[in-house]
Amino acid sequence: MSDTPRMPARIRMGTIWLEGCSGCHMSFLDMDERLIDLADKIEIVFSPYVDAKAIPDNVDVFLVEGGIGSDHDMEVIREIRRKTRVLVAFGDCAVTANVPSMRNGLDVGAVLRYGYEETGQPIQPQIPTQGIPALLPQVLPVHEVVPVDVYMPGCPPSADLIHFVVGEVLEGRLPGRGVRARFG
Amino acid sequence: MTPVPIPAGRVKTLKIDGRDVSGYENQTILEIARENNIHIPTLCNLEGLDDIGACRLCLVEIKGLARLLPACVTRVQEGMEVLTDTERLRRHRRMVIELLLSERNHVCAVCVSNGHCELQSLAQTLGVNHVHVPYRYPRMAVDATHGRFGVDHNRCILCTRCVRVCDQIEGAHTWDVAGRGVEAMIISDLKQDWGASATCTSCGKCVQVCPTGALFVKGKAVGEMTKQREFLPYLTLMREGEK
Ligand code: SF4
Ligand code: SF4
Ligand code: FES
Repeated sequence: MSDTPRMPARIRMGTIWLEGCSGCHMSFLDMDERLIDLADKIEIVFSPYVDAKAIPDNVDVFLVEGGIGSDHDMEVIREIRRKTRVLVAFGDCAVTANVPSMRNGLDVGAVLRYGYEETGQPIQPQIPTQGIPALLPQVLPVHEVVPVDVYMPGCPPSADLIHFVVGEVLEGRLPGRGVRARFG
Repeated sequence: MTPVPIPAGRVKTLKIDGRDVSGYENQTILEIARENNIHIPTLCNLEGLDDIGACRLCLVEIKGLARLLPACVTRVQEGMEVLTDTERLRRHRRMVIELLLSERNHVCAVCVSNGHCELQSLAQTLGVNHVHVPYRYPRMAVDATHGRFGVDHNRCILCTRCVRVCDQIEGAHTWDVAGRGVEAMIISDLKQDWGASATCTSCGKCVQVCPTGALFVKGKAVGEMTKQREFLPYLTLMREGEK
């Protein structure tokens, strides 16, 4: 045992947005001054809020915003699941696929053609294929791809709900049906 | 003119959730429960319209019966022992809501009825925070041909309140249900555009009784579609007085 003062144990948290709009992450920031208390208890190891490039090992809790809409999302969510103890479906897009799912009844090719070639006045109409993820035929809720431990509905979930769920996870509890939040 | 009293029949005594209650033999378990402030969740039921027992949300347990019965269409009987809030019923009710949410496209965040929707609020109060069955994501149409109203089939749960209010209260019978199973749809007239309907009086009763964002007043943005239902019990009461 070294005699350096022990840091208070902090849980390792990751956050990510897949096919979502970042609104859930904005709502996280709406916890305002409560974030200062959380900062003592949580170490953010991967997130748009910090500058990590790869999904780290051994994550205690991952907040996943957004549905699974591309081959990249599919890879990332599987990696996150492998490396995470508690996976939270964070917001309606993660829980139901929500607004991104509005393309699910349409053909992907038709969606891309409409977006890149037919709307607006594109200078060089073409569908990008290099260096960007390919869209899946449908956007799926996270739990249709990997098991999810906690569901947090809302578009976005309120800061109070996020605070409640994070608090429960910090105490080692899974709130389950205790999360009584409205879709939308 | 004094209204002719409707014969109510014999009085029956029964137990609901262990409480001794009584009602007339032509009353339903749901009516007696409501008179006694016992809450049973419902969707297709609406006071003032005939009950059809379609949504199965009001299922209750009856002692001595293995199967569950819908409270809105089951008449009370002497000595019945009814349970309205068991774990088995809560499980069934959540499943009903999950099936309704997965059958069509309910994107609450961009729905005219967000915050004022009976399906959405039932999901919340019954503890549905995700849907276990895969979503179907069907491609559904919106009919915006009517001058004042629209119907978005993505949000319709086929409760048929619109069909019944149009037939039983307005007397126009513009709405009907066509097709079977997941193909079932509400249609106006002979599956024609609502705007071309020869029978629709544009009274808007269907819009007001619709529990979801399926029927709406044009020009309403996300969350702006609130519905007024108070007219219905008054109308039925007045009609009964005329009989
Ligand atoms: S009809 Fe109700 S449940 Fe469906 S999307 Fe609209 S608000 Fe949500
Ligand atoms: S349009 Fe509304 S009232 Fe009519 S069946 Fe559908 S959900 Fe029910
Ligand atoms: S309210 Fe009884 S079945 Fe719908």
